[in-house]
Amino acid sequence: MTSKLNSKIPEGNLEQKWTKYRSTVPLVNPANKRSLEIIIVGSGLAGASAAASLAELGYKVKVFCFQDSARRAHSIAAQGGINAAKNYQNDGDSTYRLFYDTIKGGDYRSREANVYRLAEVSTNIIDQSVASGVPFAREYGGLLSNRSFGGTQVQRTFYAAGQTGQQLLLGAYSGLQRQVGTGNVKMYARHEMLDVVTIDGKCRGIIARDLTNGKLERHFGHAVLLCTGGYGNVFFLSTNAMGSNVTAAWKAHKKGAMFANPCFTQIHPTCIPVSGDHQSKLTLMSESLRNDGRIWVPAKKEDALALREGRIKPNDIREEDRDYYLERRYPAFGNLVPRDVASRAAKERCDAGYGVNKTGEAVYLDFAFNTIRYGKIEANKKGINNPTDEQIVAMGKAVVKEKYGNLFDMYEQITGVNPYDQPMMIYPAVHYTMGGLWVDYNLMTNIPGLYALGEANFSDHGANRLGASALMQGLADGYFVIPYTIGAYLSNEIMTKAISTDHEAFVEAEKNVQGTIDRLLSIKGTKTVDYYHKKLGLIIWNQCGMARSEAGLKEAIANVQALREEFWSNVKVPGDANSLNPELEKAGRVADFLELGELMCKDALDREESCGGHFREEHQTEEGEALRNDEDYKYVAAWEYFAGTNWELHKEELIYDNIKIAQRSYK
Amino acid sequence: MEKNLNLNLKVWRQKNADDKGKFEEYKVNDISTDMSFLEMFDVLNSQLITEDKDPIAFDHDCREGICGSCSMHINGRPHGPKHAVTTCQLHMRSFNDGDTIVVEPWRAAPFPVIKDLVVNRSAFDRIISAGGFISINTGNAQDANAIPIPKDDADEAFAAAACIGCGACVAACKNASAMLFVSAKVSQFALLPQGQPERHQRVSEMVAQMDLEGFGACTNTGACSAECPKGISLTHIARMNRDYIAASFAANEK
Ligand SMILES: Cc1cc2nc3c(=O)[nH]c(=O)nc-3n(C[C@H](O)[C@H](O)[C@H](O)COP(=O)(O)OP(=O)(O)OC[C@H]3O[C@@H](n4cnc5c(N)ncnc54)[C@H](O)[C@@H]3O)c2cc1C
Ligand code: SF4
Ligand code: FES
Repeated sequence: MTSKLNSKIPEGNLEQKWTKYRSTVPLVNPANKRSLEIIIVGSGLAGASAAASLAELGYKVKVFCFQDSARRAHSIAAQGGINAAKNYQNDGDSTYRLFYDTIKGGDYRSREANVYRLAEVSTNIIDQSVASGVPFAREYGGLLSNRSFGGTQVQRTFYAAGQTGQQLLLGAYSGLQRQVGTGNVKMYARHEMLDVVTIDGKCRGIIARDLTNGKLERHFGHAVLLCTGGYGNVFFLSTNAMGSNVTAAWKAHKKGAMFANPCFTQIHPTCIPVSGDHQSKLTLMSESLRNDGRIWVPAKKEDALALREGRIKPNDIREEDRDYYLERRYPAFGNLVPRDVASRAAKERCDAGYGVNKTGEAVYLDFAFNTIRYGKIEANKKGINNPTDEQIVAMGKAVVKEKYGNLFDMYEQITGVNPYDQPMMIYPAVHYTMGGLWVDYNLMTNIPGLYALGEANFSDHGANRLGASALMQGLADGYFVIPYTIGAYLSNEIMTKAISTDHEAFVEAEKNVQGTIDRLLSIKGTKTVDYYHKKLGLIIWNQCGMARSEAGLKEAIANVQALREEFWSNVKVPGDANSLNPELEKAGRVADFLELGELMCKDALDREESCGGHFREEHQTEEGEALRNDEDYKYVAAWEYFAGTNWELHKEELIYDNIKIAQRSYK
Repeated sequence: MEKNLNLNLKVWRQKNADDKGKFEEYKVNDISTDMSFLEMFDVLNSQLITEDKDPIAFDHDCREGICGSCSMHINGRPHGPKHAVTTCQLHMRSFNDGDTIVVEPWRAAPFPVIKDLVVNRSAFDRIISAGGFISINTGNAQDANAIPIPKDDADEAFAAAACIGCGACVAACKNASAMLFVSAKVSQFALLPQGQPERHQRVSEMVAQMDLEGFGACTNTGACSAECPKGISLTHIARMNRDYIAASFAANEK
């Protein structure tokens, strides 16, 4: 491990690390808390839960988000559910099993200690959420209901129809607003953070822009928490909200915070396929659908062709002429293999010519089988002895509607096709980023006083995240980790008086931000910001997406560099800096993506192995599975930034004391 | 099947809160019926940028009908002609070739215009801050299954909690009443055992803040629920009214 990376993992055996650490971490007394100021950028699950919890403890908190309300953070869109090792189903779940599944799912590229802690606190999250009024789905007996997600064989996912993120975020948001009401939190909505301020090597505040009037503001904090989400929008098309971006993390990176595993991105197998050039974003169809949907393509190429040309309908294809390729290739996990595996398998079938829509890039997700199964169960429950086929289907549809109604409606809204009658068409799409700012066990970056929580950090998911684990991690970080671990730093800061924002470091940072804005507005070129964003997205999707190769990545790096140069000489940003200007906001974000894109390719090029979502064509087994190289790459790649676009790689070795690492198998 | 449309747009343009604002007319051609309404606006905006004109500001983020950002008043109806969908989920197949489409911001005094179609809805956040929560500090919770909740209550609470805070109910109401939004939150907690301790206080304080923000009175017209993209039901308003009266009585007895 390079001296610059100290993961600060506590001593002791795995099961006791967190309990012991939590009980010995230095505390800040209540009177001192009142004079310590914490800046939280981001109001998603991580930010909102951290803000509420820290304000309850007595810290003075400021929260920033770029939407018009904290409640609209991207977390609101999460659909399928949240994991917790409650073992309410008595099906063999435990902290250890959740820990093990997560490490294995991440293809052995995450830290044991962090993941174990995550599994440990997972149960508290469910308790906390229920107590704050989150209406999770329940059974008739009044107890909480669970469903299955990929990469596991237990039912540990809690959910609220297909709106779990919404309900969890509204829960955390209500806690946050309660603290706003008491004056412990000051909320800055429609504000975008555009730089972090460091003084004598410590993070001391941020520069933010009030998006409604364009004014730049300086804010001091004893600590700054970036809870700013993931960078999936570097691909232009993704399931992320339109505003999701890397800017906050990137500015921190350029001030010295290391960026870890940038090439670990997640392509989600079940999204609505691209419909045309006008497409502005892609829509996820939750993984929970894989509980009840079976994925298939035609077994015969001529059928695939006929489907593409609209000559036949999916329901015309007989059962024996269908290829349920996940069930065929992975009998033990079937349709519930992890996302990276399911996505690659879909790509493999479509590349081989079995895709089912006009672009040839779609497979079916079919609910017919389970609709009938549910229909029969209902008939039994209702004591209907000889139900007709129509009755069975109608009752089955009602069950499916209750479980996934909002998703089915959304599918119909977008495609104009009714998924109760015809199978859904799906294809993989960019969804989540495992990479992010490097943090230690305390969630602190290598800049003292600067933290990263939620999707913005790299910490828990290795090379592939399991479904329903991002919500868990965001809330774990905010509710149950940071309130303790921040004491390790702030207990040494109680003598630090608030630093005046007239300090030269603030002045300098603001000047740089202003400089970038002025430069963007002065180019007055000929192409829109979206034009460059789309071009960048295509480069990254084609060369640093589901399959990567040395030649492709080298080409991509050159292409991104050239595109970046063109952007800075020919982008057209209308309007001025003194009013609401969404194009200017986008331009700043795309400028940062144009740098990140290069680093992603560099990281992917450097990692000469396949693991999780990172699939290097050169490194695969005979059956086309990812082939890891633990000998040489069992590390976290943390990149340090240098002026221009230059980086130095630091490696954090990963140590597995409790899990025997093995070739991942879901067969 | 996919078709292409040529459309006339009349869009409200307003530089800032102080500007008087007016309608401007635009033409867009070759709009695929597979596009969403906001993607059609993306096309229009890139057209405007290329013509050196100021693009139209509008709020949006998730484009999945869940964040509640998008807020266009389309042909006289919040979120447009289709029942129970947000602007971002409205697709161009709901329109015909040659249509003229009129687009305005939410019109309600408590939601002042910031620019073009963007309005300030922070009043909603302040109403939540006044009482739209259960006062529980992190770490205080008991086991999640300790209190069973009848499925019907949980389902009804969820139906109320599905509100996305978009403000269409206010925009649809001739009095700019926020009763549907407020009642959805009040109702969610009133249906759950965890919400009982603060039940009376919550409704009183949220209603007081609602009045303070200048939202109008409810005259039971039902336009709010009819235009609500999440189908929030009027029964929540009835439940809230009952709770409000109960809370007033309880306060008088003290
Ligand atoms: C469609 C979809 C469905 C999903 N479903 C699931 C699921 O079922 N289960 C699961 O576990 N995970 C799911 N995920 C993943 C999960 O939703 C996210 O990983 C998680 O919500 C991220 O939360 P966060 O708090 O880290 O960040 P976010 O919720 O992304 O919040 C980021 C915040 O940062 C703010 N911000 C960002 N940059 C700046 C800046 N420069 N200045 C000021 N503010 C800024 C934003 O305003 C926002 O408030 C899903 C993701 C998607 C896209
Ligand atoms: S009640 Fe309906 S219309 Fe009103 S804010 Fe909520 S979702 Fe929007
Ligand atoms: S953009 Fe999120 S609801 Fe329309």
